Amino acid sequence: MIVRLISGDTPRSPVLTALLLLILICLAGAPFIFEGVRALDTAARICIFIVLVAGYDLLLGYTGIVSFAHTMFFGMGAYGVALASTHMGRGFDALLVGSVLGALAAIVLALLIGLFSLRVRAIFFAMITLAVASAVAVLVSQFSDITGGEDGLTYKIPRVLTSANRMGEVMGVKFTGKTLNYYLIFFSSLVLFLLLLRIVNSPFGRVLQAIRENDFRAEAIGYRVVWYRTAATCMSAATAALAGSLFAIWLRYVGPDTTLSFEIMLDILLMVVIGGMGTMYGAVLGTVLFVLAQTYLQNLMGAASHATEGLPLIPDLLDPDRWLMWLGILFVLSVYFFPTGIVGRLRGQQST
Amino acid sequence: MSDPILTLKAVHTDIAQYHILQGVDFEVPRGEVTMLLGRNGVGKTTTLKTIMGQWTAKSGEILYDGQDLKRLPVSARARAGIGFVPEDMGIFSDLTVEENMVLGATSGPLDPQRKEWLLAAFPALGTFWNSEAGNLSGGQKQMLSIARAMAEDRELYLIDEPTKGLAPAIIATMANALRELKAQGRSILLVEQNFLVAKALGDSAVVMDDGRVIWTGAMAELASNKDLQENLMGLSMEAH
Repeated sequence: MIVRLISGDTPRSPVLTALLLLILICLAGAPFIFEGVRALDTAARICIFIVLVAGYDLLLGYTGIVSFAHTMFFGMGAYGVALASTHMGRGFDALLVGSVLGALAAIVLALLIGLFSLRVRAIFFAMITLAVASAVAVLVSQFSDITGGEDGLTYKIPRVLTSANRMGEVMGVKFTGKTLNYYLIFFSSLVLFLLLLRIVNSPFGRVLQAIRENDFRAEAIGYRVVWYRTAATCMSAATAALAGSLFAIWLRYVGPDTTLSFEIMLDILLMVVIGGMGTMYGAVLGTVLFVLAQTYLQNLMGAASHATEGLPLIPDLLDPDRWLMWLGILFVLSVYFFPTGIVGRLRGQQST
Repeated sequence: MSDPILTLKAVHTDIAQYHILQGVDFEVPRGEVTMLLGRNGVGKTTTLKTIMGQWTAKSGEILYDGQDLKRLPVSARARAGIGFVPEDMGIFSDLTVEENMVLGATSGPLDPQRKEWLLAAFPALGTFWNSEAGNLSGGQKQMLSIARAMAEDRELYLIDEPTKGLAPAIIATMANALRELKAQGRSILLVEQNFLVAKALGDSAVVMDDGRVIWTGAMAELASNKDLQENLMGLSMEAH
């Protein structure tokens, strides 16, 4: 049953299985296991980014396509929900319409970009996605009447999903609309992730992997490589847009910085590389590590800096303001020690 | 000569600034094995790649079953019924043997009877069915490359040096598989340097030199005439 649910793609390493189970348990029980708003917010971000990163891995790791437009599609989903909620008023219908329209718009744009540029060499496709994503980010900033410009949009989501909806206590923990909202994010992300796992383990997914390895051979066997690449781009775009919709439902705010910025694109790239390209489970581990480091590294460094107060130089190096430097060092070290990503390393250890 | 399945008429192909094929003309008769022979660098591989569409023919005609292939993209040529086994094998190393074979069947699931036949022809593939193709030996990779091209019934097979660098036992396996394919009525255009294989399998031969066809005729005639071999290819085929 479980093997069927994960499309037969077992982790193939006891350590990886244990880590994935631990992550699943922590995310499933986050409102009850961890205290505070920040922890729940981090758990929700992890769920959403797992889908976003796994969707990107479908392109980069499985099909061998480098795209810089993933955050653009993420933003389209987020703005879809924001605009629908702003114009239709709070309600589940607005969330649904916004999500569907955001995903459809992402698919149409991905289709156009794909058909026009996937015939050309990979580097040109990467450049075109970069140009389109930059153009869309500028347009979103400029059309402030519609998008709220740099300030973004704040809107209301159904009251039942907010903290105002108090639903009593479960296991000694207050169960509110926010908790309900978290489970909406959690289960939606889980379903999307399992769907992606299904796609990459389907015959379609095998063709994508064949294209990544040798596109001419795949073509010479009889597969229309452009069609498959375009389909993968559209699926990845739709996944990113749906992740964006979930992000918008969780945050109740969208702005260029939170959904469209190039920094997020770089984060996604780092998460894919750290976890391991070409494996959906890599997206899970990469995201968890990266988001936790992004959220808690400063606190950890603050504590370490405080603990080493008496020593020379070290407290300065561990100053929380230098967290980005340490994140960079962690990234360099992880690429050095795990060139095939954490999952590649864990699976490699298993086979030796 | 029987009705040709493939006809090349005055095919010219350039690679970058080099004019490689300089008017190639020959026919591949239906249901026969045609050997494409010649010294190294005369354009044999380029001919196969031009038929398949990896290189674009600058001029001339490539007629497959009466249809001009030049207008078709590579994948359409494959779906029209041409199986291609390149010299570099082109197996998908990260995928398992099974996944490679399943990919070879483009129009549906791998037919169980065909799978059984291929595993009987290439028993090593059954042993390593669930292994990653990248971990196979050179000979096993070559077997996989050919078996994958045969995973689906195709009318014409273009095969580039399938026995290159292989042990005699594997060469025999390979030759038997190709013989069975021929017995099924399929046509094969085979680039092969191994004289014994060429002699055993070939019905007709096309000899190339400097991007042109310089001789066509029965394989038996070429195999029995050392002077002709030396005249056409610079040395006796037995010396290979």
